[in-house]
Amino acid sequence: MSNVGIVIVSHSPLVAEGTADMVRQMVGDEVPLAWCGGNGHGGLGTTVEAIMGAIDKAWSEAGVAILVDLGGAETNSEMAVEMIGEPRAQKIIVCNAPIVEGAVMAATEASGGASLKEVVATAHELSPS
Amino acid sequence: MDQLSDDRSFATAGKVQPGNSADMTALDLSRLITAAADTIADHAEELTALDQAIGDGDHGLNMKRGFEAVRTEADAFAAKPLPEALKAIGTKLVMTVGGASGPLFGTLFLALGREISADPDRADLTAAFGKAIEAVAARGKSQVGQKTLLDVLQPVHDALAGGMTAAEIADIADAAAEATVPMKALRGRASFLGDRSIGHMDAGARSTALLVRTLAHIIGDKG
Repeated sequence: MSNVGIVIVSHSPLVAEGTADMVRQMVGDEVPLAWCGGNGHGGLGTTVEAIMGAIDKAWSEAGVAILVDLGGAETNSEMAVEMIGEPRAQKIIVCNAPIVEGAVMAATEASGGASLKEVVATAHELSPS
Repeated sequence: MDQLSDDRSFATAGKVQPGNSADMTALDLSRLITAAADTIADHAEELTALDQAIGDGDHGLNMKRGFEAVRTEADAFAAKPLPEALKAIGTKLVMTVGGASGPLFGTLFLALGREISADPDRADLTAAFGKAIEAVAARGKSQVGQKTLLDVLQPVHDALAGGMTAAEIADIADAAAEATVPMKALRGRASFLGDRSIGHMDAGARSTALLVRTLAHIIGDKG
């Protein structure tokens, strides 16, 4: 699939899965989509390993936009991108946007064939800064 | 106060005899890893309590999980050249600690491994440590004074650069962690609390000081 992929990373697997459900409702299967959440031991949290797996699953040559909730999700996502390394890393962007609204807006933009830059810009419009 | 006069990390590390060589031998590194894991395990509940006060309360458990994972491969890591060993430790911490601490502590070791020479003297270590601190700051989009582990790392670097003894460096690390108590958190979950973060020690600063004391005690002044 040539559309930009979307990855949702929340501390809570319930939030991540629920957000993915809302994205699917908007875009169906037109956008590669993956989510992850939880610390891997049944608790809240995020792990680099799960994020790397989600990026693989949602991978698109057009790139991947990652939506995160709180700080650790962002830091772990940036770490995951670094560990994936080039050349793929330059096509993966961690968005600064609210996770639910950002994921739905970004995916909707992506479903129309927008570039990674356009998808990320759409998500960023939701952030006050 | 009591928690900082607590001497258990020294007691734990005290089982280990410092090597005589200036080289970081494989045996030394394995002992350093074991002592660091012991220290974190001994203080896991305290670290969690600090994090519960102003964070999400997972720091002790997360750090313990990560350092136990490193411990299980201590001999394999120690068999590598120092830069490769540090990078392997960093990668292991990234993959096992979780939370924001995984990338932060992992980046510290990854960057240290990238920057350090195979047989570092004090100047090499100081320079590499300085670069590693910059990498941690970039990873956390943070800087000194924001109530984070950087508030311990930077004074430790300066003490290293200033020729302090290992014992002095350990004391400086403890004092630096203590100095995060009156700070207002500007990064991480604690920053959500605003002024209410004042009056609590940063958990990452405390775990950093614990590790510095443990490592300083074993390495001594031979570097």
